[in-house]
Amino acid sequence: MTELASASAARPATRRRPIPRGVVLAFGWILLMILVGAFADVLRPYSITALDLSARLTPPIGFGGPITHPLGTDELGRDVLSRLIVSIRVSLLIAFGATVLGVFLGGTLGLVAAHFRGLIEQIVLMLIDAQAALPFIILALSVLAFFGNSLALLIALLALYGWERHARVARGLALAASTQGYMLAVRQLGAGPWRLYVHHMLPNISATMIVSATLAFPEIILAESGLSFLGLGVQPPMTSLGNMVGYGRGYISSAPWILLFPSIVIVITTLAISITGDWLRDRLDPTVS
Amino acid sequence: MLLFATKRVARAILTVLIVVGCAFAALRLSSDPALVVLGPDAPPSAVAAFRAAWGLDQPLWQQFFYYIAGLLRGEFGRSLLNGADVLPLVGSRVLVTLEIMIPALAIGILVGVSAGAYAALRHNTPKDRLVMMGAVAGFTVPHFVLGLVLVLIFAVHLGWLPSGGNDSWRSAILPVVTLSTGWAAVLARFTRSSVVEVLGQPYIRTASAKGLLWRAVIIRHALPNAAIPVVTTIGFMVGGLLAGAVVTESVFSWPGLGQLIVTSVAARDVAVVQCVLLLVATAMVLSNMTVDFLYTLLDPRLRGGRH
Repeated sequence: MTELASASAARPATRRRPIPRGVVLAFGWILLMILVGAFADVLRPYSITALDLSARLTPPIGFGGPITHPLGTDELGRDVLSRLIVSIRVSLLIAFGATVLGVFLGGTLGLVAAHFRGLIEQIVLMLIDAQAALPFIILALSVLAFFGNSLALLIALLALYGWERHARVARGLALAASTQGYMLAVRQLGAGPWRLYVHHMLPNISATMIVSATLAFPEIILAESGLSFLGLGVQPPMTSLGNMVGYGRGYISSAPWILLFPSIVIVITTLAISITGDWLRDRLDPTVS
Repeated sequence: MLLFATKRVARAILTVLIVVGCAFAALRLSSDPALVVLGPDAPPSAVAAFRAAWGLDQPLWQQFFYYIAGLLRGEFGRSLLNGADVLPLVGSRVLVTLEIMIPALAIGILVGVSAGAYAALRHNTPKDRLVMMGAVAGFTVPHFVLGLVLVLIFAVHLGWLPSGGNDSWRSAILPVVTLSTGWAAVLARFTRSSVVEVLGQPYIRTASAKGLLWRAVIIRHALPNAAIPVVTTIGFMVGGLLAGAVVTESVFSWPGLGQLIVTSVAARDVAVVQCVLLLVATAMVLSNMTVDFLYTLLDPRLRGGRH
């Protein structure tokens, strides 16, 4: 608790002040999640589809469960810990892929709008408006149900989450940067658009784009888990955090551990990334809200 | 001002048209309603008759044209499953959704704005940090986790409240709490940063330097100025009311618009989905537009447009 408090206390952006303890904890948790995701196949004690019908719905250790299933089992006797580990990998991979794609898409469109101005800019702005007018969950439900479900489609769809914000940020930055001396100078020297944008513009706007991405990342984790919770995201036999919660919902009174553990991981992970994102924003670019 | 208003309205209409057009094209291209309704084993003659009856044999642009013409006449289409007019169906669900959304939004605004202002006036004190910690937590807990934990505590363990359905006002309590938590958290953060920013402005220093009571400075000078971004955020929330409860409604089996879209999407009832999309997008665009106009009303510096 006190760690979190000190995180928000350390607002003023003076150089080289120690990293707040809350941010260190958040970093630690994110690192742990990445390691768990990376070594999921080594860490998980069982296969996620291994059934053990003699050990169905065993509670976790400390609630009368055996040591063989530390976090208990579900109603088919599958090990909750193993499923949790694999779910962390799947959820992180999806969210990471979607965030990178979204920033790329939004950033490119924003830069294109700022470069060409005129009609093209208006078209991009209309697209941004249209996206902002359509709540993501509704869009996702319609697309997933009508186009069928695949992992690639899910990631592509989640990339649409927040692209319009990245596009706005990129366009604003590019418009501001194009009036600055260095851009004018490079342009006067005859640099082509590729050189101009990739070598000169990108390094100057990347800090803000990274902040924008960090702020979108936890929201994408939540969007994915929400969709999977509704049964429209990751499909069995694959598993994700939201998928586990949605599945565990049927056993909320008899085996609450099935949904509690993934819920805890979702909450701490999004919290950790948000804390890190807020801190990064304060450090790198206080103008993004 | 008039030019700004005209442009803004035209832009809003165009946005809705784009959303509707994309939705129309995507839904029509993704699945064949005839095969969905009649089943894959239906005889070709029946499929052809179905297509002719619903106008599905015409080119896509013509169908879209008829669809828009129908919308202008107030015809929102018929459910492919039972032929019922979709508008009354969707409308009744909207009301059920608003039953939990309006109290939730009211509570969220009340709690969020007062908590944010409270924290800002005690900027950088332990109380401020406590409120902000609560806000960050409320903001990062997804609705389905919060909802299920509430069910676990208040329905399963304590048995005080029903876990779902909408039989009595008591079943609305848990969904309302779930929804208002997220809003309160977002608004608390917004209000706090807005008030903190305003308190640092020169006019606040002037106001207190001329001997005004601190209370009067806050009420007359700080809060009205801080309200502008907060009102904007609330405007966006109002726009998202209709679509904001999909997950929460599913957790609590609340038979509102969110449940309708989940079931009609699963049943591939294109007409219902389209009507919901149109409604949701219109609500969003209308509220965004209202926010833009409110901006110019609240902040005279912005007359002439935000862009």
